[in-house]
Amino acid sequence: MSDDDAIAGDARPRLPRGVRLTHSEAQGGWVLIAPERIFKADAVAAEILKRCTGQVTLAAIVDDLAATFQAPRERILADVSKLLIGLAEKKLLEL
Amino acid sequence: MADAGTPHKPLGLLAELTHRCPLGCAYCSNPLALEPRNDELDASIWGRVFTEAAALGVLHVHLSGGEPGARRDLVDITAHAREAGLYTNLITSGVGVTSRTMRDLWEAGLDHVQVSIQDSDAVSSDHIAGYRGAFQRKHALAAEAVRLGLPLTVNLVVHRANIGRIGEMVDLALKLKASRIEIAHVQYYGWALKNRAALMPTAEQVTRAVADVEELRDKHRGRIVIDAVVPDYHARFPKPCVGGWGRRSINVTPSGRVLPCHAAESIPGMEFWSIADHSLPDIWANSPAFNAFRGTGFLPAPCADCERREIDLGGCRCQAFLLTGDARATDPVCHLSPHHALVTGLAAVQDDAPYAYRRI
Ligand code: SF4
Repeated sequence: MSDDDAIAGDARPRLPRGVRLTHSEAQGGWVLIAPERIFKADAVAAEILKRCTGQVTLAAIVDDLAATFQAPRERILADVSKLLIGLAEKKLLEL
Repeated sequence: MADAGTPHKPLGLLAELTHRCPLGCAYCSNPLALEPRNDELDASIWGRVFTEAAALGVLHVHLSGGEPGARRDLVDITAHAREAGLYTNLITSGVGVTSRTMRDLWEAGLDHVQVSIQDSDAVSSDHIAGYRGAFQRKHALAAEAVRLGLPLTVNLVVHRANIGRIGEMVDLALKLKASRIEIAHVQYYGWALKNRAALMPTAEQVTRAVADVEELRDKHRGRIVIDAVVPDYHARFPKPCVGGWGRRSINVTPSGRVLPCHAAESIPGMEFWSIADHSLPDIWANSPAFNAFRGTGFLPAPCADCERREIDLGGCRCQAFLLTGDARATDPVCHLSPHHALVTGLAAVQDDAPYAYRRI
């Protein structure tokens, strides 16, 4: 998938089995854990990933985030797409 | 101690649930003096260890052994690890974990399975493991894990008897539907050290194997992740063992002794603490063994003024002791070590003696 490929609005992103978002007080926040790999998730990434349950569509996730953070929808969509595409390429997310 | 106050946070816990194992692999890095069943920690104590580990910063727990499937309470132990919030990885030989157990583990929240294979050829595989039928059981276990949707890593230990078949072993991993294969060369501790001459590949074999792995990576890109560790005895620089002594990982033995790395007991005169007497945070911060080689301040020349010192931390303490008699010395794998000739010498010794199978 190349950078300008958009994710379909009705995709329901989810973390595959074996990839988990977890909060670690000692490590100072949210981390995405995969076999032998660990990624620190900043506050924004964590808010996005918490919503990637496989139940909710991308469009609904973006609406929710736009409302929660009172930010323009297009900007949120761009941030979310960039994060999710990057993770999907590393097989840390299913679209 | 220069950086005793450095707040390093461990990321990984290797939980050796038992030393018992139905296989007898000649390359096993478990110590020659295996801990008996009666001394094994019970599931509730493991639960406490996991909770304390998570509070310290640990994210991954590797349930290992021996063969963890030899523990009848493996499912309870796994559930405790998940309750503590840890990412749980089961490291198994595939013998001793039935399909039924695998389903229960899945329900308990197991995150990932790592199964070892000894060779792509059934006869050779069973010969290396010293257990007839092991090859078939590994297949069954891998299939069940994949059916349940668990991500699977195939773990491959390379030595003279199988080093020519890495390509076939990667094919086997693909057939088993593994998402990742981890290729490691034997580390010469414990039983493996006893069998060193029978296991050691020649330098030409190692060079070819390293090239093979590069080709295989290209060939299978996007289908399977190939993680390979370059063999120590044939390298120019050492590796920062376990990510640095007392920095990233913790190893708990079946009876509850807490070690900075799984081979640390091979260094004599060390004082290890047990989780029977201390909490894990206390051990991490204060146990003499963890503080013995923290940082780089203890390193003598040539490390003392080498620019790679913070990269490789002078290599492996256990190996330094084993080959030079001094655990503080520069790891002789480094070509700058005054003892490097020992390593090149040992790497050249091959002897087709029969394996001394690990036995309990
Ligand atoms: S001399 Fe020490 S620090 Fe330098 S490369 Fe060798 S082992 Fe590493």
